[in-house]
Amino acid sequence: MKALRVERSLPRFAAARVAGALAPGGGARVGPLRLVDVDPPAPPGPEWQRVRPRLAGICGSDLATVDGKASPWFEPIVSFPFVPGHEVVGDLDDGTRAVIEPVLGCAARGIDPPCPGCAANDVGRCRNIAFGHLEPGLQTGYCADTGGGWSIALMAHPSQLHRVPDGMSDEAAVMVEPTACAVRGALKCAGGAGGVIAVVGAGTLGLCTLAALRRWVGPDQLLVGAKHPQQRRLATELGATTVVEPAGLTRAVRRATGSMALPRGGPGPRNRTDGEPDQLLGGADVVVDCVGSEASLAQALAVVRPGGRIVMVGMPGSVTVDLTPLWQREVELVGAYAYGREPQLDRRTFDLAFELVAEARLERLVSATYPLHRYRDALSHAAESGRRGAVKVAFDLRNEKDRERL
Amino acid sequence: MSPRPGFVLEVDRSTPPTLFMHGEGFRLESLPVGSRIVYPPEALPTVADIDGAIRSALLHPVDSEPLPALLFPGMRLTIAFDDVSLPLPPMRRPDVRQRVIEAVLDLAAAAGVDDVHLIAALALHRRMTEAELRHAVGDRVYDAFAPRGQLYNFDAEDPDALTFVGETDQGEEVEISKRAAESDLLIYVNINLVAMDGGHKSTATGLASYRSLRHHHNVRTLQRSRSFMDQHRSELHSSNWRMGKVLRDAGVKIFQIETTLNNDTFPPPFDFLQKREWEWSARHRATFVASSKALDRAPNRVRRSVFHSVRAPHDLTGVAAGEVEAVHRLTTARVYEQQLVPVEGQTDVLTLGLPYICPYNVNSVMNPILVMSTALGYFFNLYRGRPLVREGGVLIVSHPTPWEFHPVHHPSYIDFFEQVLSETTDPLEVEKTYEQAYAEDEWYRHLYRTSYAYHGVHPFYMWYWGSHALQHLGAVIVVGGDARAVRRLGFKPASTLRDALEMASDVVGRDPSITHFHAPPLMMADVT
Repeated sequence: MKALRVERSLPRFAAARVAGALAPGGGARVGPLRLVDVDPPAPPGPEWQRVRPRLAGICGSDLATVDGKASPWFEPIVSFPFVPGHEVVGDLDDGTRAVIEPVLGCAARGIDPPCPGCAANDVGRCRNIAFGHLEPGLQTGYCADTGGGWSIALMAHPSQLHRVPDGMSDEAAVMVEPTACAVRGALKCAGGAGGVIAVVGAGTLGLCTLAALRRWVGPDQLLVGAKHPQQRRLATELGATTVVEPAGLTRAVRRATGSMALPRGGPGPRNRTDGEPDQLLGGADVVVDCVGSEASLAQALAVVRPGGRIVMVGMPGSVTVDLTPLWQREVELVGAYAYGREPQLDRRTFDLAFELVAEARLERLVSATYPLHRYRDALSHAAESGRRGAVKVAFDLRNEKDRERL
Repeated sequence: MSPRPGFVLEVDRSTPPTLFMHGEGFRLESLPVGSRIVYPPEALPTVADIDGAIRSALLHPVDSEPLPALLFPGMRLTIAFDDVSLPLPPMRRPDVRQRVIEAVLDLAAAAGVDDVHLIAALALHRRMTEAELRHAVGDRVYDAFAPRGQLYNFDAEDPDALTFVGETDQGEEVEISKRAAESDLLIYVNINLVAMDGGHKSTATGLASYRSLRHHHNVRTLQRSRSFMDQHRSELHSSNWRMGKVLRDAGVKIFQIETTLNNDTFPPPFDFLQKREWEWSARHRATFVASSKALDRAPNRVRRSVFHSVRAPHDLTGVAAGEVEAVHRLTTARVYEQQLVPVEGQTDVLTLGLPYICPYNVNSVMNPILVMSTALGYFFNLYRGRPLVREGGVLIVSHPTPWEFHPVHHPSYIDFFEQVLSETTDPLEVEKTYEQAYAEDEWYRHLYRTSYAYHGVHPFYMWYWGSHALQHLGAVIVVGGDARAVRRLGFKPASTLRDALEMASDVVGRDPSITHFHAPPLMMADVT
């Protein structure tokens, strides 16, 4: 069967890094990702089920892998070669459509008793993601044993499967996994209820986070820094009260909070940037970083109030940031990686995500789909989605010839 | 030879291209045959003995005792003076304020007055820098008073420096500088560049707080000021005059000194800007070509620096002192003598070339909000009788309208542009939804008081200034402006004047009457 596969090759990772720096998504041409013919993955255990993907999304973390920018942190918690693709809606052999919850926790790994995270159904906090009867791999799409969504078929443990309701489109269903990440992040923003929350970035994660914040947290003011026109339009539609370009977010947060502000180089009539707020003395109750870059984290630190919280939803990688404001302003920096059970609502994150996708019509975020063989175009489009007027780009495997032969 | 009055030229085939100011540059435009061009009067002759005229005004005031009779040892004397917004462009040294203040101080010294404060009456404008204060009052006065804390900028946000004087019969609160209100005598030194300036507006606006100003700097008042250059038909002035009465009734004694300037606006080499095009000499034409090319190639910073270093040669045409209203009647007559141009009938399309400067961007950036205010506030209102453009007509403005702001001078303008205008351009909605938050924002207050920032509410006033025009006009088109900035203002961008006239035809039809208002130099259309 056809699959896009990442192989361990240091020269190819190095080449991808160079190509990705020249053109986002460029790593697909020279890097470790190849379109190959492989045997379908064998079931790791008797209860595992085959899933034939219908749509498989391209995520920021996938792009980091393709362009050789993934953090070395992942090295021991992935296994090569792996087929990427963890945002998946597909068909089971009995014809059921299902979305995969990709974290490979204790149940999938045959570990019993489960770790405390999995025992609490909070699978995103599994402590055994490199152990058990599976090769290491934090998620489907990073594990050599399971396959991934960018292929004709993969294997999934029953604990990972969520039946797609009748009437929900594939486009909506493929948005469930990224939406679950956003729900997870939004539910860490309870301190912003009735207050001011700022969201840095309005790609897929930023927009889904906005919808989740509007649905479950209820800030009085919800500000977003969005780079591209269609992102700004969607942010407004999804409930942002103020949408500005990224450079204007500091000023917008200052306005919303009535904060005092400092220019670069300190205040004073002789400072030519006096009146140009660089860091706020007050700020937003919560800032959600949906980008994960040095610049976005630095901006989050500049606009969060003392005692406030930064929730990091975007995958950061290696960044260099001055953490003095974190210390001086006693700011909490909290990660929001995946999903499991949300204690505030006593429900599974994926169930909440299914609800939100339907309510907020998040299928509209799926902008373009590509067949597998056009993976270079797909990855290039995904890497420049904002600039090219898109949000979510996905592989469409519904018409792949191999699919019906399996 | 006496100066020639202003006049209206009808464009024919022999009319040379017409000069349009275009921010920090200028353009020559060919107006359609049959268009009218309103030219300002030439500069009036100036007072020969300026110091003598000033002294005479102080010794022979109107409806007041001579100034020496009002001065006595031990008294508290406050001299307030117009701020950096006047005159435009800043005048060559010595500034007329310096001449007047020095004459007043000579008399005060002779009378044994030693408790003297000088206050730049800037209301909610930005504070003046030391260099600007020195330019206005002269080094001698500055060095004598500033180091001792007796020459300073008015601070409309210092609660300890304000006093509530009372309310008008219409409930308008009057809160002004405590020092001025509690002085034995307040002398106000004015420069009356346009007919809007002076009179009771000097003190009731220049030394007032937001609490007071909001009663007349609002949409309702400004939409009922038709125009605010015509004080008898200006609700803005009626309110200030009511406040003046409150001050008088409360015992605030004001000795008003008003000066008028001629319209000699540009020194060489830019003097061709105030000449009629068919009278340009070879030197003027050469200067136009050379400076146009040089300015086109120069970076913004250089262009701005060139223009903002212009010091106008305009000089004194008259000075009057004494009781506020009596003085202002004389002043207004002199302003009209310099600026009024009779114009018969309104026009369908009015064209303007906006200069690089307005009262609120001296040594600064003419940001898009100031473009709106200058075009729809100041220039549109330079009329008596009826607006030069008919109701439902089109205003075409030539200005680059850059999406650019001076962060020190205009911080709240940036927010106004980003936040308020992205939501609405309706002045009433702007006022209702946003004004209070901006007026009471502590950061803007801090910057106004300690840096050189206009008050947080100031961009609102600029928007209200144009609210009568917004109500009146069918469309506003900006030629050569940054399209995004122009659209944010709610106007239409056009690349050329020809395009703009084509666009205007959607509103006023295919064969509109067109009038170009050839200012600066400043003038005022007396429309019958």
